Amino acid sequence: MDQSEIRAKIVEIIRVYAKDKDALASATDDTNILQDLKVNSARLVDVILDFEDAFDIEVEDEDADNVNTIGDAVSLIAAKI
Amino acid sequence: MNRRVVITGMGVVAPNGNGLEAYEAALRAGVSGIRHIPLLQELKFGCTVAGVPPDADALAGTYFDEDDLLAMNSNQRFGCIAAVDAWTDAGFERPEHGDDHVYWEAGAVIGTGVGGLDTAGEKLVPMTDAGRVRRMGSTIVEQIMGSGVSARVSGMLALGNQVTSNSSACSTGAEAIVGGYERIKNGLADRMLCGGSEGSSHYIWAGFDAMRVLARKFNDEPEKASRPLSATAAGFIPGSGAAILHLESLENAEQRGARIYAELLGGSLNCGGHRQGGSMTAPNQTSVRRCIREAVANAGITSDEIDAINGHLTATVADPREVASWAAALECTPETLPLITSTKSMIGHGLGAAGAMESVACLLMLQGGFVHPSINCEDVHAEIEPYAASIPQQVVEMPELRTIIKAGFGFGDVNVCVVFRKWSD
Repeated sequence: MDQSEIRAKIVEIIRVYAKDKDALASATDDTNILQDLKVNSARLVDVILDFEDAFDIEVEDEDADNVNTIGDAVSLIAAKI
Repeated sequence: MNRRVVITGMGVVAPNGNGLEAYEAALRAGVSGIRHIPLLQELKFGCTVAGVPPDADALAGTYFDEDDLLAMNSNQRFGCIAAVDAWTDAGFERPEHGDDHVYWEAGAVIGTGVGGLDTAGEKLVPMTDAGRVRRMGSTIVEQIMGSGVSARVSGMLALGNQVTSNSSACSTGAEAIVGGYERIKNGLADRMLCGGSEGSSHYIWAGFDAMRVLARKFNDEPEKASRPLSATAAGFIPGSGAAILHLESLENAEQRGARIYAELLGGSLNCGGHRQGGSMTAPNQTSVRRCIREAVANAGITSDEIDAINGHLTATVADPREVASWAAALECTPETLPLITSTKSMIGHGLGAAGAMESVACLLMLQGGFVHPSINCEDVHAEIEPYAASIPQQVVEMPELRTIIKAGFGFGDVNVCVVFRKWSD
């Protein structure tokens, strides 16, 4: 799976939680998941759990804490699959 | 401060109708919302029927984002739909995402009798016991906390005044109305969303079934199963749903030219102390009578001004005692008792939502000038028989209907009584 495929899958997962769907449509690697996409901060836990299921990986809490942008998520997942 | 309090909006999600129009039509026609629930039969419940709002999940999908729905159990879905409806019925727009305005003058008292046991039963307990807490996700606490519904509502509607949840078993929904009434009366808020909600879950109903307080003899005829006032009443039917009233100070309502349904003239709350025949599960009838009398006094009326009674009337052995208490408290003979009806005959016992769903029934009756039938009591209980002429078997058109009194009694020996009067300019 290349990075663009990973990114597309991530965007689909976040779509459920993003209050700002317009910002999601134009998301880049620099898009901040909480601030730009207006995802409720508590839901980051659920986003990470969905990543684990979708990519069949396990994300440690310390790694999850470092996921702020779409690009952070792509890098984290690419390194684990 | 002693401000007058009026009702300027309502929302309801009930087993026999979602929304004011459908609910009123069902009440007028005596339509039961009690249905067979296959899961209850599978799980060997004694009572296999219940009242569940129809198509509530599909309805919720039209009100809330996918993200919100992932974190909302049935209790929250019912409560939030009713709250949003009450808010818009009162003439307010639902805030858009990104709108940062807070309504500091508006709050909520929205109670629940049992709460989010579906979330506990389906997720919290099995995942905890399986050592899977890490996989539980973020949405458990907000669904099982006692204030889960009012907390959700406050976010959807940007409420900035007191937002809380009360719990007093089966008197919860009406108690919430008294809570909001007092806050507005005392000048601490201008508008309060008040009522109750209760989810649809076999986990909520199981404990009642185990107590043998649910009816078991009418499983094959669900629509006949809820039988308050009847000789063949043998327990209540569990119900679910929600109702919310938008209470407002009269001055605020008049200032903004709001449509006013009715005035909440007054109310009363008390407890029987589990004495004088009262217990955890049975009401002290002295306290019931005191509560009714205090509500009438607090409303500033005399008992002969009451045109109709919406009782607690659940279809247990307490019904005859309750009717006797109404007559005693209002100083009526069997000949002079006002019309007395049980909304539970159609929707079952909505537990924490009951008092609120039944208050909306009262307000619709005032608005529409009718008293809804109390169904399934064609065989009136022998001890209630002297009052049979006061029990409407069919809808009674009553354009002169002005004042309705509504009571609720709950486990813990707690009582609530409220008095509504139709608004006329």
